[in-house]
Order: sequence, then C-alpha cells, then structure tokens
Amino acid sequence: MGWLGDNGMLLGLAMLDGLSYAAAVFMVAVGLNLVFGVMHVLNVAHGSLYAIGGYAAASLSLFLIARGMPPWLSIPSLVVSSAIVGAILGPPIERLLRSVSGQEEVLQLLVTFALFMILEDLQKLVWGVQPVVSDAPVKLLGTIDVPFGRDAIPFTSYQLFLLPGVALVTLIGLAWFLRRTLAGRMIVAVTVDREAARAMGINAGKVMLLTFTAGAALAALGGALASPTTSLVPGIGASTIVLSFAVVATAGLGQIEGAALTALMIGLGRSLAVYFAPEFEVVVPYFIMVSVLLVRPQGLFAVPETRRI
Amino acid sequence: MSRYADLVLTLLAAAFVLALSWAVPWLRFVMTIAIAKGLAVLGILLLLRAGQVSFGHALYLSLAAYVVAFMAARIPEVLLLLPLAAVVAASIGLLVGLFVSRYRAIFFGMLNLALSMVFYSMLDKFYEVTRGGDGIRVPVTSFAGVVLSPDQQSWALLILALVLAVGFGAFVRLYLLSPMGSALSALKTREARLEFMGIPARRILLSAYVLSAFMAGCGGALIALSTRHVTPALAYWTASGELVFIAILGGAGSVFGPFLGALAYELTRTYAAALVADAWQMILGTVLLVVILFAPGGLWGIGRALVVRGRQA
Repeated sequence: MGWLGDNGMLLGLAMLDGLSYAAAVFMVAVGLNLVFGVMHVLNVAHGSLYAIGGYAAASLSLFLIARGMPPWLSIPSLVVSSAIVGAILGPPIERLLRSVSGQEEVLQLLVTFALFMILEDLQKLVWGVQPVVSDAPVKLLGTIDVPFGRDAIPFTSYQLFLLPGVALVTLIGLAWFLRRTLAGRMIVAVTVDREAARAMGINAGKVMLLTFTAGAALAALGGALASPTTSLVPGIGASTIVLSFAVVATAGLGQIEGAALTALMIGLGRSLAVYFAPEFEVVVPYFIMVSVLLVRPQGLFAVPETRRI
Repeated sequence: MSRYADLVLTLLAAAFVLALSWAVPWLRFVMTIAIAKGLAVLGILLLLRAGQVSFGHALYLSLAAYVVAFMAARIPEVLLLLPLAAVVAASIGLLVGLFVSRYRAIFFGMLNLALSMVFYSMLDKFYEVTRGGDGIRVPVTSFAGVVLSPDQQSWALLILALVLAVGFGAFVRLYLLSPMGSALSALKTREARLEFMGIPARRILLSAYVLSAFMAGCGGALIALSTRHVTPALAYWTASGELVFIAILGGAGSVFGPFLGALAYELTRTYAAALVADAWQMILGTVLLVVILFAPGGLWGIGRALVVRGRQA
C-alpha cells in the first residue's frame, strides 16, 4: 500500500471536499458565463453576489430557526434567499451596465469593478466582519459513511448529495433550456449576434435583463449552497470572482459543460492542495489556468474566433 | 498643451509640494507616498492608452518593496536599492508580460489580478521567509553614502520622489508622442490593422508593460523606504484597485493626471479614511462610478475644462 495506504483516507476526503467545492464554484462560473455572453462585459461584481447570496441565506435560515420554524425549512430557504438577492440586485446592476454599454470596453469593466468595491463594503456594513456561521442544513441531513478502500469516511450528505445534485440539475436544466426552449434560444441568439437578433424581432433589452437577473441569482445560489459548509468572512467575494474567472477562462468563454468539467478539475486540484500542500492552496487554480492558457489561449473547450478587422 | 506650459506647470506643482511639506512637516510623508503611487499609476495610464487595464499592478509595487526590505541589510544605500528593486520588478514584469501580453481586455485584467493574488498569498503563507502578515521592518539606509537623520532622510526621499516623478512624467510624455506611443493607442482602436502595417502589437504592449512594471517598482521601493515596514497588504487586490482608481480619478488624458489623482487621493485618505474605515471601498467605488459616468476626463479633465472656459469668457 505504501503512501496510498497511509494517505488513502485523506485522499478520499480531499476528493469529496473537492466535489462539493466544485459544485458551488460551477454555479458562480456558469452565471458569469451567461452574463458575459449577453452583455459582453465580464461582471467583476459577480463575486460579491456570491458573497451576498451566502450571507442572505445564512441570515434567513438563522432567522427561521430563531422563530422556532421547523429546521427542514432551511433548505428551501437557500433557494428563496438567492432568488430574492438576484431579483433585488440584478435589475439595477443590469440597468447601470447597459447605460455604459456605448462606452469603451475598459470603462465598462471599471464600472463593474466600482460596483464590486461598493458591494464588498455594503456586505461588511450589513453583516459585519465577524464570521457568520449557519450550518442547519448540513446538520439536518446528517453524515454518511463513504466506503473508500478498507476505510469508511464519514462525510456530510449535504456536501455529498445536495450540493453536487443541485449543480448537476442546473447543468442539465440550463443545457436543455438554452438549446430546446424558445426563451433559451433567444438568449443564444443575443449572445451570438445582438443586432441580428434584434432584426429578427427579439427584444434584446428584455433578454439581457432576464439573463443578468438569472445569472445574479445563480451566483447567489452558489453562495447560499456553500454557506452552510463554511463560515462567511469578508473577502470571499474577491476570491470567488477570481476563482470563477479561472474556471470560465480555462473552459473557454461560452462553454457550459466545459465549465462544469473545469470546475471539477479546479475544485479537486484545490482541495488536494488543501490536504497535502496547504501553502499552495491559492496557487493551484491559477497554476491550472495558466498552464491551460499557455497551450490553448482560447480555453480548453472553445473554438478560436475570427478576428475583427 | 504646449511644452512651455507643461514645464511651468511642473515647476509650480513641484514648488507647491515642497512648500506644503515645509509648512506642514507631517505632510512630507503623505506627499512622498502619493508621488510614489503616482509613479505606479503612470504605468496604469500607459496600459489604459492601449485600452488595457491591469487589476494586479500592486504585484510590482509590493515586489519592489519586499526587495528593498530583504536587501536593505546587505546594501544599505537608497540610490542602489531603488534601481535594484525597480530592475527586479521590471524583470518579473518582462516574464509575466510575455504571458499576459497575449491577452486583451478582461483576460488581461484578470490574469494580472490572479498573479498578484498568488504573490499576495505567497507573502502571507510562507511565514519563515516573509513573516506573513506581520511584515518585515526595513533597516536604516544611507542616502548617497551619508547616514541622514530621520528628518533629513524624509526630505531626501521626497526630493528623490519628485525627481523621479518629473523624469518619468517627461519620459512617458515623450513615449506617448513617439511612434511607440501612437502604436499603443492604435492597439486600442483596432489591433489587426496595426499588424497589417507590420507592427508587432504584442511587443508594443509588452514594452509598455515592462515600463509600467519598472515605474511601479520605483514607486514600491520609495514606499518601502519611507514607511520602513512592508506587509503583504501591499500586494492585496485592494492595493491594485487603488492604483486603477487613482488613474481614473486623476484622468488618463495627461501625465499630470496620475500625480494629481494620487495627491488628491492620499490627502483625502489621510483625513477621511479613519472616519469611515468600514465604508472606504464603498466611497471609492461610488467616486469611481461618478467619475466614469459624469467626468470621464478625471480631475485633470475638469481642471482643463475650467481653464479653457475661463479663457473663452
């Protein structure tokens, strides 16, 4: 057995952790991707929506429990709170971004960066700088023994089933929605060529508003789902946007299934680092991204675009 | 503006900084830091001319600051430490630039951010080498072979900062007027056309990038020498955001913009940041939005518009 025998348990834990982490990152990355597709601007404030989604979910479930409501309510409350966050923050941000859409690309990017700075402090003002912990959904679902070689690893069902489950449903649902429904095809049409889509009678403004709001809600849901497994601290918005950008860039812009695979790759890489080389935890995702981009500048799954002349 | 007007303005600005530092001694330190940041922002301005924004230039600033902190014990001489730190920053800038100059827009911005965050976490995590979040004290250094009193040293650093600011300001002004500078703006307008003319776009961006890293390095070395203490916070994304903020606040239209922006920023921060510590980023973000939406020329643009209107009246 050797090394594997000694570290098998740790390896198993790292893989399971990586899976649940990848699920949360995927939710954010896929939203970022959708929004980039229709708006043509990478929303740096997307990471803040993740953080705010997490805080909102924690607050709502703590509130429900304090009111003596049945604890199972804390699971639907994750979805409810992220829908609220998306609906409140999505439309005004989209409005602002659209008002600068005629400006230079770099200025649009800076607008989202300004929003990011504002939202980071807003979240500190509302929820303070002390870590917020709300693990009711995790406790509720209990733990399960995952057989791993000769050992069994106790792991929370929440992280093993619920988190990856939601991510999988999102992945399949989104792929189906974008390819098979009229509304989804409208989004794809606006992504590919906004002017041509308009000429065909598609209300591009409405599509942008709805897509942005949906993307914001997905980021918030990612945060909400991750919130019971970690403690929420200031700064998670910054690390999330960088990480989900790494996923999107590695997969290639516009890729959904690709983003899922890449999220898994980066999630696993990161959690292996957490267990075996904690100093390199933060470096691993970028290492993966940089090595992929060196070989394939357009990302793993994207086809190179023709350049505008 | 004419060269003559620029020269007069530069002398007036330098005299203003020196007079203010003489009248209010503790402002000397604030001015030095502001000019040091202005140097780094000058690099951001170069990249903005090419339509690129780096969310990670604090990497070069902090790298140079740490070089100073590590080497000050062995080479206790400001006039050697500063160029050394700047050259190290520029060399890493060349290495990173070879990679990031292949990318544009958001990729360029975020790759810079990612690399600076990697550097930040290395500074933070490798405690044995960098002392983590506690940071490192910078030993006493001599200036041109003479060990000065703290008061004299702060004057010397301020004057050094001013000399560098004027030198680099003039250099960047020339650079932007040169064919290299025109190519930089062309990169923003339509890169493919630049290449059709046989001009290597990547190399144009790379040279601007290395220059920006060098200037950020000078700024970082000045900051380390004046504060005499370096921490990983210098490399955190907020530090990079600050540089971009100053560039937009000051205005990207002129080489005066970065220094004007940096002075305004540092003076406001000195007075206001303690009062609103929790909402500081929020205020910065709001000001950034307002400047982008309503005054795209920044402070410099506003000042210029006032002068022009005054002349017409």
